[in-house]
Amino acid sequence: MVDHLLSVQDLETQFKTPEGIVHAVNGVSFDLSEGETLGVVGESGCGKSVTMLSVMRLVQCPPGKIVAGKALFHGKDLLQLSPEEIRAVRGGQISMVFQDPMTSLNPVMTIGDQLAEPLILHLNMTKEQARKRAIELLGLVGIPRAEERLKDYPHQYSGGMRQRVMIAMALSCNPQILIADEPTTALDVTIQAQIVELVKRLREELGMAIVWITHDLGVVAGLAQRVIVMYGGFIIEEAEVKELYAHPRHPYTLGLLGSLPKIHEESRTKLYSIEGMPPVLYRKPTSCPFAPRCAWAMERCWNENPVLESINPNHRVACFADTTNGSKHA
Amino acid sequence: MTNSEVILTVDNLKMHFPIYRGVIRRRVGAVHAVDGISFQVKKGETLGLVGESGCGKSTTGRTILQLYKPTAGKVYFKDTELTSLKSEQMRLMRREMQMIFQDPYASLNPRMTVRDIIGEPLMSFGVASGKQIDERVAELLKLVKLNPDYGGRYPHEFSGGQRQRIGIARALAMKPSFIVCDEPISALDVSIQAQVVNLLEDLQSEFGLTYLFIAHDLSMVRHISDRVAVMYLGIIVELTDRNELYRNPLHPYTQALLSAIPIADPVFSAARRRQVLEGDVPSPVNPPSGCRFRTRCPIAAPICAEKQPEWREVSPNHFVACHKV
Repeated sequence: MVDHLLSVQDLETQFKTPEGIVHAVNGVSFDLSEGETLGVVGESGCGKSVTMLSVMRLVQCPPGKIVAGKALFHGKDLLQLSPEEIRAVRGGQISMVFQDPMTSLNPVMTIGDQLAEPLILHLNMTKEQARKRAIELLGLVGIPRAEERLKDYPHQYSGGMRQRVMIAMALSCNPQILIADEPTTALDVTIQAQIVELVKRLREELGMAIVWITHDLGVVAGLAQRVIVMYGGFIIEEAEVKELYAHPRHPYTLGLLGSLPKIHEESRTKLYSIEGMPPVLYRKPTSCPFAPRCAWAMERCWNENPVLESINPNHRVACFADTTNGSKHA
Repeated sequence: MTNSEVILTVDNLKMHFPIYRGVIRRRVGAVHAVDGISFQVKKGETLGLVGESGCGKSTTGRTILQLYKPTAGKVYFKDTELTSLKSEQMRLMRREMQMIFQDPYASLNPRMTVRDIIGEPLMSFGVASGKQIDERVAELLKLVKLNPDYGGRYPHEFSGGQRQRIGIARALAMKPSFIVCDEPISALDVSIQAQVVNLLEDLQSEFGLTYLFIAHDLSMVRHISDRVAVMYLGIIVELTDRNELYRNPLHPYTQALLSAIPIADPVFSAARRRQVLEGDVPSPVNPPSGCRFRTRCPIAAPICAEKQPEWREVSPNHFVACHKV
């Protein structure tokens, strides 16, 4: 068996709300190898962010609670570490970039001070060393005139540049894993392309593993080696990237791919749409969480929740139906 | 194109927002949000308007509906010139011209029931009252595929996609012929986007609606539009039929936008050469001289800094503003 850099096993996270306990993550297991880029795809509320926040122990408690599971990083279970120990990992060996570059930077600190903070904290650098490294980092993420721009405040940067700063900050301590939570969703498509190209270049240069969380199947196609599709707090499909796009098997994945307009289409065809809405789970489901929206749903789907099973070495899917003849898919 | 087909004509429309500074609020400049654009929309078609944030596409939509008073230029809707109308006359025109907003959370009053939201235009234009409103609201809810019994509920009880349907029902209440759709799907989840786009298409064919569809998502714009206009920093740089634009993009900005679209196909993604634009959109307070795109343009020449490129029809129905085409 190959040693994995990060191995998440049977992770369960719940949130207490006035309406009841929401089962946000329901037994998620996956592995991440060194230098690998893993895409995590799903719609809002499917548990993709909460999964990674749980691994980083960033789920606010209460109302959130990690109920079960393990997250082994170099053999250590991150979920069992003391607050001091996890703080040393976070931002150091594993770091995270968030969706909104407007709110994740401190508006009253200069960019230079914000970049220097993790360096002084994790790598025990002096202020002067940290400043030099901060200039290097800004250059690395492609911000011109880095030395002058260290003195600027976040509001003097554009959205794309702020996201570059966030990436620079995340990379500052040479992490082994970079978790990117929808880092390009708030950005324009041209700026998104810039950021994706930047991450690809940094991946080559620095060789870190990446977990890229997104709802955009398009971005993942050009970036990830392996993709996990989540729905209702479960992984419902996992495959090597080419395999997933060429032979999607779960009805939800089929629906997601089908609902994207085809850029090559000449004549106008109707978009495939998945009727209904994603669920909020107040009970751990005893049926397939996708059944109410599924065109293939049969009796078994209402009585039993399918588990993730391998259909070939590169492909796991949680579905009872045989979707290989895509007749129900427009 | 005969004139009877044209429902909306925008002629050299400009919208500058003044900037005031200092104690005496002196006018120090202006944001050139829309800086001289002209186009026509034909009856029953969907014209897509795309560009990055801050390029003036939403301002264009709002200025057409006279939600802002334009700085210069004319807007003709059917046979009426809108910019010179008095506010009461314009109010009556709005029965014909409606808008669907981007944010389904902010565009519905949280203290009004769905019935009151959708019924408000009916009441304020005095076309229905009492029971009639209830009937019409139920009819409209059915039209946008919501349960007609939901009239008594409040917006917070609905999901984003459902709220957007309520916004659509409100826009349809007065049976308009022209609707400005201002990024109606950008705030929605992928699977819900397709539902709303399909609904908009169904309504268009049922009622012969004309759409101005504003978006930054080029793949969705291609899907829904008949013709597409590409905007950059307050001006339109290219305008043509949807297939022509995607098959034969002429302006370097259009080419860059198209190459930036992420494509859900790993084999194709790996094979294609992407042309990534450097830098950000310049400030509309001080747009670059000559061609506005020249600061990011891969093929900019000296002439581009001197002269604003002319808006030309290079082949039938394919308009572009670039010196190098």
